[in-house]
Amino acid sequence: MLLIRLLFKNAFLRHKLRSVLTVLGVTIAILAFGLLRTVITTWYLGVETSSPTRLVTRNNVSIIFPLPLSYREKIRQVEGVKIVSYGSWFGGVYKDKKNFFANFAVEPRTYLELYPEFIVPPDDKEAFLRDRRGFIAGKKLADRFGWKKGDIVTLEGTIYPGKWDFILRGIYRGRDLNIDETQFFFHWDYLNESVLKSKISLSDQVGFYMIGISSPGISAQVSQEIDAMFKNSAAETITETEKAFVQGFIAMSEAIIVAIQLVSLVVILIIMAVVANTMAMTTRERTGEYSILKTLGFGGGVIALLIMGESLLVTLSGCILGIALTYPIAGAFGTYLGTYFPVFNVENETVLLDFIAAVLVAFAAAVIPVRNALKLRVAEGLRRIG
Amino acid sequence: MPPEQEPIVRIRRVSKSYRSGSRVLPVLEDISIDIGQGEFLALMGPSGSGKSTLLNLIAGIDRTDGGTIEIGGIDITKMSETELAEWRSLHVGFIFQFYNLIPVLTAYENVELPLYLTGLSRMEKSEHVRTALAVVKLKDRMDHYPAQLSGGEQQRVAIARAIVTDPTIIVADEPTGDLDRKSAQDVLDLMGRLNSESRKTIIMVTHDPRAARRARSILYLEKGVLSHAPDQTPF
Ligand SMILES: Nc1ncnc2c1ncn2[C@@H]1O[C@H](COP(=O)(O)OP(=O)(O)OP(=O)(O)O)[C@@H](O)[C@H]1O
Ligand SMILES: [Mg+2]
Repeated sequence: MLLIRLLFKNAFLRHKLRSVLTVLGVTIAILAFGLLRTVITTWYLGVETSSPTRLVTRNNVSIIFPLPLSYREKIRQVEGVKIVSYGSWFGGVYKDKKNFFANFAVEPRTYLELYPEFIVPPDDKEAFLRDRRGFIAGKKLADRFGWKKGDIVTLEGTIYPGKWDFILRGIYRGRDLNIDETQFFFHWDYLNESVLKSKISLSDQVGFYMIGISSPGISAQVSQEIDAMFKNSAAETITETEKAFVQGFIAMSEAIIVAIQLVSLVVILIIMAVVANTMAMTTRERTGEYSILKTLGFGGGVIALLIMGESLLVTLSGCILGIALTYPIAGAFGTYLGTYFPVFNVENETVLLDFIAAVLVAFAAAVIPVRNALKLRVAEGLRRIG
Repeated sequence: MPPEQEPIVRIRRVSKSYRSGSRVLPVLEDISIDIGQGEFLALMGPSGSGKSTLLNLIAGIDRTDGGTIEIGGIDITKMSETELAEWRSLHVGFIFQFYNLIPVLTAYENVELPLYLTGLSRMEKSEHVRTALAVVKLKDRMDHYPAQLSGGEQQRVAIARAIVTDPTIIVADEPTGDLDRKSAQDVLDLMGRLNSESRKTIIMVTHDPRAARRARSILYLEKGVLSHAPDQTPF
């Protein structure tokens, strides 16, 4: 009890300003670390939430080249394929380019069947499926622009020119926090009809096929079979799992992720230096006291515990404060940067890493002071007093 | 009242020198003395003569180069660091010139500190601390921090800390060196009472002849050699 009291008093009562500044330093470091880690986990979220039973088929040349709608029936024949859906990236702009969000023309019935993680109330779903000009939007997207069911929303086409009116028929929620609630889906038929009227060449073409298979184990085999079918045709295909597809996208920005990872590491190294400096100062000042404790018969272990404990106490206080701040600040980030990060949630794993980093910092900072205190010869230490 | 004949401290042929680089500085050479149970010994001598060194050796916080030091029949020069630390916590009470209290602990907590290493229950600890603080007449100040106490009061807290474990010997290195006359007087009175009433064995290093006169006997250390004060009867 007495030693614990001494530990607390050492940590917080000796130099209040120094303690506060050190704790604050750790708080900010942990906050920065947590936010950077969250950016990284968010980046990989698409990979995490992808389903192993979903395949994506796209044009072998590039995703920007379409595939004929006629492939649909052929793909459906492949053994192991349960559902075939398809869609196109619409790339519409709502009022201003800054209001970016993902919008797709999809085959609605099969698409929703493939994505059970998008939860649409049955009435909304019915209304959406019945209305060719209808669309559904994620909860966050609808909230962002204040859309209500029945509202007419106009998108300015970039790939498909003109002004396109859609009617909001339903709002979907994510099955869990990691599901993107900022997307916009409408009927592919509506797009195709309009294209038919103007540009015959672009009609009956889809951007991608989404395929549901019966089990993850057959994904490689099904992919091969599909691609083999269209080999040597005008539009050759490449089929891969949704996960591989998303990873391919992320790979393009891998360098940024590596940079962020490095920065998060540097933040921890800097705070390590700061805490180590504080611990070195405080323990040097207390050399005499450690000598007295040793004189009274306290072993090196107790003194090591006092120093280590103090380092842990200061660092963990900062860490807990930092974690407590990470949540609201990440929330604010998510709101303001919704365009770039549709989902910005602090993962439990990030909090765990925060703690691990804090404990590492505490230990690293205390190592040299502990070693010095253990080496201290009592008679020598006492001479330094006065 | 003479001290009992049975020596509690038996020092034989102790030598100690310090090395700094290639230079060797001999401080103590072939020192032998007996200190009886219940003795109150003052150790005097010029600065740098090795008084603190000798006291530290007796108290088990420094190592001899040769010779033996037996305290209560146990040779402490043969002990390991760990054994020595445990032995100190049981057998030695320390009083320093600069009090050496822990500034963030109250008077009570400072006195309680050495009891941490004993197996006493909480009740027993509290009882011991209160008794020790009563002996030094500071019971009413037990919640005060060192900074809230005068030098003399701090030294009395240090004395309470030294006696709280009921040690075999009490060592004091210039306990009045940093005090004004009145406070020094109080501290010496207290040490005198501990010796005469509680029969504590006290070894005190001092420069102050007034302080030395309060002791039962005086030893002089000069150039590494111990001698009896001319006006004191040898024991
Ligand atoms: N760690 C050390 N290394 C080298 N020399 C030392 C060391 N400790 C003490 N000495 C030297 O040993 C001698 C005796 O020191 P000590 O402290 O025992 O003297 P003292 O009699 O207590 O002096 P004072 O009255 O000034 O306190 C001194 O010359 C001192 O400089
Ligand atoms: Mg001295």
